[in-house]
Parts: sequence; C-alpha cells; structure tokens
Amino acid sequence: MQREYTSISEISGPIMIVEGVGGVTFEELVEIELAGGEIRRGRVLEINRDKAVIQLFEAAQGLNLHQSRVRFLGKVMELGVSEDMLGRVFDGAGRPIDGGPQIIPEKRLPITGEPLNPYSRDYPNEFIQTGISVIDGLNTLVRGQKLPIFSGSGLPHNKLAAQVARQAKVLGTGEEFAVVFGAMGITFEEANFFITDLRKTGALERSVMFVNLADDPVIERITTPRLVLTCAEYLAFERDLHVLVILTDLTNYAEALREVSAARKEIPGRRGYPGYMYTDLSTIYERAGRIKGKKGSITQMPILTMPQDDKTHPIPDLTGYITEGQLFLSRELHRKGIYPPFDVLPCLSRLKDKGIGKGKTREDHAGVLNQLYAAYARGIDVREMAAILGEAALSKSDKLYWRFSDEFERRFIQQGEYEDRTIIQTLTIGWELLSMLPRGELKRVRDEFIEKYLPKQAETVAA
Amino acid sequence: MATGRIVKVAGPLVVAEGLADAKMYEVVRVGKERLVGEVIVLDGDLASIQVYEETAGLGPGDPVEGTGEPLSVELGPGVISSIYDGIQRPLEAIQARWGAYIRRGVEAAALDRTKRWGFTPKVKKGEALSAGDLLGLVQETTLVEHRVMVPPGLSGTIEEIRAGEFTVEQTIGVLKDAQGKRHELKMMQRWPVRRARPYTEKLPSTELLTTGQRIVDTLFSLAKGGTACVPGPFGSGKTVIQHQLAKWADAQVIVFVGCGERGNEMTDVLMEFPELEDPKTGEPLMKRTVLIANTSNMPVAAREASVYTGITIAEYFRDMGYSVALMADSTSRWAEAMREISGRLEEMPGEEGYPAYLGSRTADFYARAGRVICLGTPRREGSLSAIGAVSPPGGDLSEPVTQNTLRLVKVFWGLDANLAYRRHFPAINWLASYSLYNDDLIPYFEKHVGAEWNLLREEFMKLLQIEAELEEIVRLVGVEALSPADRLKLEVARSIREDFLMQSAFDEVDTFSSLSKQLKMMQLIQRFYDLGQRAIEHGVAIQKIIELAVRERIAKAKFIPEHQFEQSFPEIDREIQRAFESLLAGGAHAARVH
Repeated sequence: MQREYTSISEISGPIMIVEGVGGVTFEELVEIELAGGEIRRGRVLEINRDKAVIQLFEAAQGLNLHQSRVRFLGKVMELGVSEDMLGRVFDGAGRPIDGGPQIIPEKRLPITGEPLNPYSRDYPNEFIQTGISVIDGLNTLVRGQKLPIFSGSGLPHNKLAAQVARQAKVLGTGEEFAVVFGAMGITFEEANFFITDLRKTGALERSVMFVNLADDPVIERITTPRLVLTCAEYLAFERDLHVLVILTDLTNYAEALREVSAARKEIPGRRGYPGYMYTDLSTIYERAGRIKGKKGSITQMPILTMPQDDKTHPIPDLTGYITEGQLFLSRELHRKGIYPPFDVLPCLSRLKDKGIGKGKTREDHAGVLNQLYAAYARGIDVREMAAILGEAALSKSDKLYWRFSDEFERRFIQQGEYEDRTIIQTLTIGWELLSMLPRGELKRVRDEFIEKYLPKQAETVAA
Repeated sequence: MATGRIVKVAGPLVVAEGLADAKMYEVVRVGKERLVGEVIVLDGDLASIQVYEETAGLGPGDPVEGTGEPLSVELGPGVISSIYDGIQRPLEAIQARWGAYIRRGVEAAALDRTKRWGFTPKVKKGEALSAGDLLGLVQETTLVEHRVMVPPGLSGTIEEIRAGEFTVEQTIGVLKDAQGKRHELKMMQRWPVRRARPYTEKLPSTELLTTGQRIVDTLFSLAKGGTACVPGPFGSGKTVIQHQLAKWADAQVIVFVGCGERGNEMTDVLMEFPELEDPKTGEPLMKRTVLIANTSNMPVAAREASVYTGITIAEYFRDMGYSVALMADSTSRWAEAMREISGRLEEMPGEEGYPAYLGSRTADFYARAGRVICLGTPRREGSLSAIGAVSPPGGDLSEPVTQNTLRLVKVFWGLDANLAYRRHFPAINWLASYSLYNDDLIPYFEKHVGAEWNLLREEFMKLLQIEAELEEIVRLVGVEALSPADRLKLEVARSIREDFLMQSAFDEVDTFSSLSKQLKMMQLIQRFYDLGQRAIEHGVAIQKIIELAVRERIAKAKFIPEHQFEQSFPEIDREIQRAFESLLAGGAHAARVH
C-alpha cells in the first residue's frame, strides 16, 4: 500500500513534519517528490498519532510545504547488493558516480542491519600482516577486529590507511582482502588520492567505494556508513570474502548526527552531541567481526580526526570505548618527519594477544612488544626530565633509555610508505633495539627467548 | 488482560492508550510481533512503555497487550553455563532457531523445558517447611550443586515429595499451607528482577574474596559480599580486570553481565571459560559461570534490564548459601540506557542529562550485594559481591556515574591511563585507590596467611607513598641529589611496582598467584630492602646494591609456577643473603683501603 500526502507542516534543517498521516510505522522509508519530479528520501524518526517526524537523507533545498508530495513506502531503507559492486564507485546515497551502469541487485538488504548474536560470533584471532611495524609488532590487527586511527587534521592518516589497504594479508593463505571504502565529508583531493592509489596498485578491482564529499549533503553522511557495512556484510558473509572496511572521517558523521539531534530539539549530551551517540556509533562499529561457520570476515579501520587533537572529545572518547583498541597519530613525530607518525604509547590493540605468539607470529612476540613498550615509555620519561633538568642530571641508565627512544623512533616506527615489512623483520628490529639495554633490564621477556633471539653483542648493528 | 493501542513511537519508547488497568513495571506485548516491553510511566489513559527490542515497523494503532506480570527471570537448574540476553532469553537457543542475527520478536524459554534433571529430596513427607528451606538437590554441573528451595512466600507441610528425573516444570512435591491449600512444588521458580530477594539477616563482610591478583589481594582487598568499582578511561584495562576476577575469584558462582559493551568480548569469555580450569577443582570455569550479554548494538532498554536480570540470578544462588560474585561491565552503559529512556520520556534531566534518580537506582543495585544469613533451614551463609566497571567520559572521574558509585562502594580500583600506556597492568593506581575492607580483613589474614601479611602490606604502601614524594624531588634536582638511603627506597619501590604489583593476565603462570605465593614474593622484596639498608649503613655504595644480579631473580619470581615456589623461594632468599654478604665483605674491604 502506498500512501501519499501533501500535508507537510514544517521543514527545519534535516527534519520534516507531516500531519494527518495514517498507518505509518517507525523507521519507515519515505520518498518526497518535489514539484519538478525530483525524488528525495528520508525515514520516520518519530510517529505520534497522525503526526510523523521525518529525517531527510538528502538536502532539504527545494522542498515546499504544499507542493512536495510525501510517500510512505512501508519498508525500511534497503541497499541493492551484488558482487558486481566490486570495482565500482558510488556516492554517499549509493548511486553510481563512476559513469558505469546501474547495479542489478542480486538481493536487497535493510541498511541498518541486525545485531549479531554474541553466541554466533567467532573470536577474531587470525593475524593480519599489514607490513607496518608499529601495527604488526606492537598493536597487532586481527581479522574481524575494529581498530580505528585517531588522527588530527593535517596528519597523514589517509596515506596510512591506503598503505594498510594495499599491504594487508593473512600469512600462509592466498586469500586477499576486498576493501569497502566509505568517505564521509572528505575533500575531493582526499577521495581522489584513495581512488588513484587503489587504481595504481590494481586494488580498485577488489574495492567498493562510497563517497560523500565535503560539498555533498551533510545529512547523507548518516546513511553512508550503513550502506558501506551492508555491502561489506554481503561480501563477507554471503560471498565469503575477507573485507577490510575503511571509514573516513567519523568526525563528520558525528557532526551530522548532532545536526539532526539539534533540529529535533533533543536534550544534548556532552558538547551538544546527542546522549545516544554511544549506542548509535556502536551500531556502526559492532558490525565488524566473524561469524561461526562463515568463511568471510569484516575488519574495520575507521578514521577520525580529533578536534584540536583532544582525545577526551566525545567522538574519539566514545569510539575508544566501543572499538577494540586505537592507533594514535602524533603531530610531534609528524613534524620531526617520521612516517608513519604513530604516538606509540597510547596505541592499543585489544585483540592482539589472541593473534600473536607461537604458530601465529612467533613465540617471543608478546615479550618483545611488552619490553619495547616499557623501554620506550621510560625513554620518553627521561626525555621529559632532561627538558627540565638538563642532560647533566641524568644517570647513565637514563641516558641509555633516552638513546633507545630516539633509535626506536628512527628505526622501528619510521618506515617507507611502500615498505612492506614481514613480522619477522619487525621482530628482528625489535631485538636489535633491545640489545642496546643491559640484559638485566629485560624483565618482560622470558630467559629462553633472550637466549634464542637476542643478538650477541658483536652482531648488534651499531646505532 | 487489558489491550491497548499504540499512539506514539520514538525509538525504544512507545506510548499506548487504553491500558488504564496496567500496573507499573508490568510486562506488555507490543505490536503484531508481540515484542517484549515494560510499563514505566502511567499517565491517565496513557502508558509509556520501554520496548526491549528494535521498534522499527511499529506504528499508531498497533495492539499492546498486558500480561499482568512484572519483568521476571526463571530460576532453576540450567541457569549455570548459560548465556542470556538482557531479559534472559537464551542466546544459544536463539542462534539454533533463528541463525546468527537476533531477529525481532524471537521467543525462547530461559530454562530448557525438555531437559531432565536428577532430583534427590532432602525432606520427608509430613515435615513442616517454610520459605527458603531446602527441598532437595540437583547436580547442575560438576561445580555447582543446585539446592532446590521452597520459594519465598510459601510455607506448610510436605504432603508429597518425589525422587527421580524431572524437567523444571514437573511437580517434585506438594506442600499444603496453613489454609489447607495444596501447592505443587517445581524445581523452577520465577522472581521479578526489580525486587531484591529476601534473606534473614545481613552480616558484616569479614572474609576475603581471594582473586589471585596481587595488587587486589594485597593492597586493595575485596571482602566476600563486598562492593567494588573499577573506573577508568578506555584502554586502561577495565574489561581485563573484570575477566580476571571472573576467572580467578574464589566464588562458587560467577555472574558476568556484559552491559552495552563489545560483542567480541563476550565471545572471548564464551570461548575461553570452557577451556580454563578452576585452580581448586580442575574443572572448566564455565561450569560455575552465568553470562548476561547485552552488547552495545543490542536494544538499549534491554541493556537497562540486564543489570537487574544479572543480580537477581546472583541472589538466587546466594540464597542457596553460596558465595557469588557479580561483575557488571559496564555500569556506565546501564546509566546511559537510563538516560536515553529518560530523555525520550522528556523528564527533567539532572546532571549531564542523566535522570535525577540515577543515584537512587545505583544505590538500589549495590545494596543488593552483601553477606547474609539465608532464608530457611539448614542455616547457611551466602554472599553476593558486586563489582561494577565504570567508563567515565574522557576518564574524568567527576562525572555523575562515577561520583554516585563512589558514594556507595567500599573498594575503589582507580585505573590510570598513564600506567596503561607503559603497559603496567593491572593499571590500578596504587596512590588513588582504596579499600575500606582492609581493616576488617586484618584478622582474616592473620588467621589464614600470617600476621606478617598485614605488616608487609603496610610497609609496601608506605614505600610507594614515599616514592611519590621522592619522585617530586628527583624531577626538580635529579636523582644524584638523593641520599643513598632514599635511593634504596626508590629502587625497592620500583621493585614493588614492577616485580610485584605488575601482573600479566596473559601469562599462564603469572595470571594467578595464591596468597602464600604473594606473601613469599613480598618477603623476598622485603629481605632485599632490609639487607640493603644494612649494607648502606655499612658503607656499601648504592650503585653496587642496584646492580646486584640477584634482583633479576626477584623480578622473575612471579613466573615460578605454584607447585615450585615453595622450593624455589628459599633458594632465592638464600641467594639474596649471599649476595649481600659478599657485598659487605667487599665493602668492608673497600673501607679498609681508604
């Protein structure tokens, strides 16, 4: 049953109110036909007797109280999916923008997805080698994980994400990743960088891109990540692919969310963001994972830029509470010319312990990573102390840690944009750095591993 | 039953008319799919209902049907080892019938209706019984003996009692009350989740809940029946601590509530617990565990209920006379669920948008913990310890959920992001945290571990405090400006931090330390400190003490397995003594030369 109304009583930003409606249900998809025949879409946000509050998915420009016609479609928003989506580029509302033909959908899936039964999940424990030492060695990514990059404006998070997309692989299998990429409110240059980079390396054929640019309607951004994940779920769980989802920039998404909330005059939570933002973000992030009995997987790498590099800002804060770790980028290292400029200390991968060790990476991995972390943290402390007291006040061992932290940044963190290190190379660099320290200081590594892997003094590469 | 019609739908909140006879907190069935909801506000003919499932597809005019029952849980054999959602729907059965995604309107009984349990009666015909009295036993799992009790509110004489194999719904006996009314007794009983289960008397908490986590057992101990909170920013290890307690706490039953947290974490527990062995019995830990999983993307109203579901199940096992520990991860998500519903109800908000009743609801929850004398005979003591994780936004402890919680709980394990960054885990800040049970537990430690425990704890706390003060000085003038005695204190404090407090949850040996191993480890550090002080008095250079090779053995003592340390520790102790003897000999020699 299609019901059509011309009784719009109010349009305010992304919110529209239609009165005198009947049989309307919550979350129902709505089509608005403009006087000129153009179609816009929205969904029912609240329904109170015969009054429906509608959130527009697209811009409100050109809507009119009397001439626009509102149709309630009796279903929730869906995305037509097919394997032919690989290699294609769509806009933020799911329309092709690469000049190619329309997709003939194999099936249509509701874009909100359903919560995955925790009992049906399979625990992520397959090591993904990204070829980047800080990720593989210290904050290991595993299949089915959601690991965001917390960045700031002007930092090379896009370069890094592209490098991960290019290099990510699971050792010992020939399986490749499919990449589903969702851009929300990024600039044309940034979007272009991804498309060009993926095309250049031949990765575009196994990618699907949904692009909402900075000058596209803000409100569309609320839909974009859900289209991305619906497509990813189809590829992963019905077509057995290992899907890497890159979403950039979640900050723009959260701002669109705030805009809708403000237009509805809801009681704001911290910094004006809605109180339900945690739940809302979780319906995006929790769509990563593996399912028992299914071959494919969804690994998420969302990118967000922290306003003023502030990690207590609600967007990174709530994200950090949902995702399984986070990778921080540091403006200071970036200024020093170190790429990738990871702010190593606050970085964390919560799932690393299940993805490393004997049979996965190497038996000594956990000890090495803990020791590197502890030593680097101490080096940073010394550096700060030296800034106050001067170098003269440092003890011999302090100076050693200071030198360690410099070398760690120069040799372990720093690597080329096209340098693809194996995990063994990464661990070897780690051991070489640890050999700078007295053996007695290596408390986090078991003795048997020290015997086996610590380079003998003579072989140590001179710093 | 009353039937009404929906007039308004806004997210998880539905308003219906025509339900004037509905009671507060009555369960209603909403829409054609009969979604589960609960009445939370009554206003004239209108009832506001929080719906425990996704409300998409509901609209004005859809039916709402009252059930006359409050939101309740099913209690009986079969609860242990299960995984439930926030309103006690079994997730395993849901997967079997509906697949990997949780569809709307799914219904499944919390307790398996077909499974038969062997019931052994412990009462005889003609015995007079009252509420809470033991009727008989069911071996529910290898670790839990299920004590079937007379449900609260019932008493009379046993007219009939049967032994054998029964399902939870079959009659195991008949009780005739004073009015001569016959009540059929079953192994299953129901209890409304928002009401605390009755007990005879509450007792002070004077017994330790051993956790095997050194910083917890030694510095900030938790008593059986006590309350604790773990606030910390993301990445500081709240969940790992909760998991560690669930694994190693010496409670007989564990209820773990995953409230609005990550799906993969619940999966982790589900996969790991059946593999892990109980240190005492060698049986899989899952055999004493109940999981409530309402992950962040599952419906928000069910998240609000999940905490109550969990604590009601915990109380039921407490009533059997068991020590039960409940972990809620995280209570902040529970509070946020309350805030979301409150916002939809357009209630006047309190601090940061949370409802004004946040404090009283939190208090109601923690007040359900405690050590009690259970209802009925035989006389038995049960305890329910509650440990809540708190996730303060931006790690700022001044926010309402943390502040309300701190007013109620007696143990505060404050997590520190800076410790986590340097991979010092558990990242419990030793200067900020506290336990109000420490004094109550002094006699317990004296009796079960030895008086030395309390002395060492005090000494360690003092050294950690002194370290913080000395660090200030070091930051201003450098370490060289300190006296040798102070430098020794710094070194010993560092040893306490790194060699004792730091504990790896992922190392198979280090993950759990028995109390006697903890005591021995403390003694080693104390020995080093005592001998170090003496050496300094005798003029030994501090650098020589710092560089002693035996310190590496102290550092690695934590990796010595439980069955070896009784033998290894005296060796290390002798080695420390020998090391200092030779230092003193050398020192004395050096003194003669000058």
